[in-house]
Amino acid sequence: MIAYLIKRVFQAIAVMLVISLIGFAIQGNLGDPLRELLGQSVSEQVRQQLRDELGLNDPFLVQYMRFLGNAIQGDLGTSYFFKEPALEVILKKLPATLELVFGATVIIIGLSIPLGVFTAIRPNAVFSRLILALSIVGLSIPVFLTAILMIFAFSVELGWMPSFGRGEVVHVFGYWQTNFATKDGWVHIIMPSIALSSIMLPMFIRLIRAEMIEVLQSEYVRYAQAKGIAPWRIYFVHALKNTLLPVITVGGVQIGTMVAYTILTETVFSWPGMGSMFLEAVNRVDTPLIVAYLIVVGFIFVVTNTIVDLIYGLVNPTIKLGRMGA
Amino acid sequence: MSLLSVRDLTVKFGSRTGPVTALNGISFDLARGERLGIVGESGAGKSITGFALMNLLSKPGYIDGGQILFEGEDVAQMSPRDVRAMRGDRMAMIFQDPMVTLNPVLTIGQQMIETLKAHRKLSTQEARQIALVKLKEVYIPSPQDRLDQYPHELSGGMRQRIIIAMALLLDPKLIIADEPTTALDVTIQADIMALLLEMCQSNQVGLILITHDLGVVSQVTERTMVMYAGRIIESGPTRSIINDPQHPYTQGLINALPQQTPPGQRLKQIPGTMPTLATMPKGCPFHTRCALVGEGCMTHVPSINQFGSSFVACHEVHRLQNEVPAEDVS
Repeated sequence: MIAYLIKRVFQAIAVMLVISLIGFAIQGNLGDPLRELLGQSVSEQVRQQLRDELGLNDPFLVQYMRFLGNAIQGDLGTSYFFKEPALEVILKKLPATLELVFGATVIIIGLSIPLGVFTAIRPNAVFSRLILALSIVGLSIPVFLTAILMIFAFSVELGWMPSFGRGEVVHVFGYWQTNFATKDGWVHIIMPSIALSSIMLPMFIRLIRAEMIEVLQSEYVRYAQAKGIAPWRIYFVHALKNTLLPVITVGGVQIGTMVAYTILTETVFSWPGMGSMFLEAVNRVDTPLIVAYLIVVGFIFVVTNTIVDLIYGLVNPTIKLGRMGA
Repeated sequence: MSLLSVRDLTVKFGSRTGPVTALNGISFDLARGERLGIVGESGAGKSITGFALMNLLSKPGYIDGGQILFEGEDVAQMSPRDVRAMRGDRMAMIFQDPMVTLNPVLTIGQQMIETLKAHRKLSTQEARQIALVKLKEVYIPSPQDRLDQYPHELSGGMRQRIIIAMALLLDPKLIIADEPTTALDVTIQADIMALLLEMCQSNQVGLILITHDLGVVSQVTERTMVMYAGRIIESGPTRSIINDPQHPYTQGLINALPQQTPPGQRLKQIPGTMPTLATMPKGCPFHTRCALVGEGCMTHVPSINQFGSSFVACHEVHRLQNEVPAEDVS
């Protein structure tokens, strides 16, 4: 187990190094930091001097190593716009995004398993056909369009739901403010969560359905029938466990992807998370903030994947983590 | 009253061009504690017969007619609930490949205990004790540890032993074993077969052994049924079937055994292949490969009639009298 963990951590570090390299390479090619810092009315001589002081004339590798050294100490540069450390800007926005992703994940897990199982067990039922048809619709409509349509229907026309912002939030600790403590917060997070899950939910329903249908045709399911096991137990103990194993692997990657999808959802709903922050940073050519965002998202991605792999190892008895050390 | 009495069992498979017949009017009886072998090539309908007896045909297969009287009840007419109560309790099945039969994510203990609990009101502890006793009966070393292991931690032979133990859990009246040793190592096949025979004899359990291995049939069963293209073409005491086969197809099977051919010579195979369900010829299904084919064979399906100690479905069986019977292979 420990050997496996160490191996996974080294893999994660390797991935992070690649991400940081890409991020840094972008930084060097996106605009001129001096223009952002000094404006236009400064002489070329002063510019060159500052260039030297900032180390912008050093070789690429030297600059990268310096960037890496700072990054390890939690310094991902300073945002041009906020004049604050980029990491701090992101960490302030992170809780809003994570709560949004959490809301979408709850919707996805809560609905995809029962719906996926039902459509697999009763493929010819009207309800199954309806679900599958709707899932195609959900998959085909881009997230931002779903979001806009929902705002139009439920906020503008019906006036049931708020169309933007987090509403009333309650401070938990540090930068963390939560939506889940007040009714107003709950109301505000519902539509963005649904919008964010609108692509993943249909995908997961179809994924679970396809896996479940395959598992239901396996020999061990037939054998369970031959032993006289009740259908509900065959579906939910024999089949579902085997169905979810591959789904967990795919699902872990998707949770990471969802963090990236938040850019669209947050922008449409003016959700004050790091997704909308990223779009603003791009508009302002706030290069350090863009790079810091890439690195933080990459980090979240790597961490969730590692956790998912560990969970998979715990759930799947044919994988013995302890023996995978080498 | 016999334990099992099958009458005119017909199984069809739905297809785009309409239903095709997979089993065509199968009839046979099995006494309590009797061991019956069903032999034939792949696609002859052996496995379908086994699954039909359990009412466990997978779609698009279905029982189209006939009776399966098991202890006086017709399995073909039972409600799903009654069928479920029967399966695993009074009638158990052993599948072909032990590597894929057990659920990979459940322990051996869980899979044994759930079977007991599905049919009896038992606590988990009581069920575990019964499972332990049954594992000991099939000579599993350190059965206590096995209960907590997952299938992938055990060898194929060990898994098939466990499956035999699972079949015996509720003291069934009949075990249907569908090629129980085909997927196993040759060295283990004999052990498993001997164990199955011992268990059936000591517990007075009826056995239907589905196999294409005539050697196994001759060791284990008292009676044998030979199937071809969804029909029974010969049945009788295993000894007579092996030593004195009547039907030209059965003779072909016996002659094709490697023991019947001196080393270095080509095996005597039956020319041609078995017709598929879609290309079934008129008349006797075997006439396209038969050396003795006569006028009637092309137009009429032969009925099954007693001939010596066996029942044979062949128009030309009387002409076989002069042929030299195959040598004793058992």
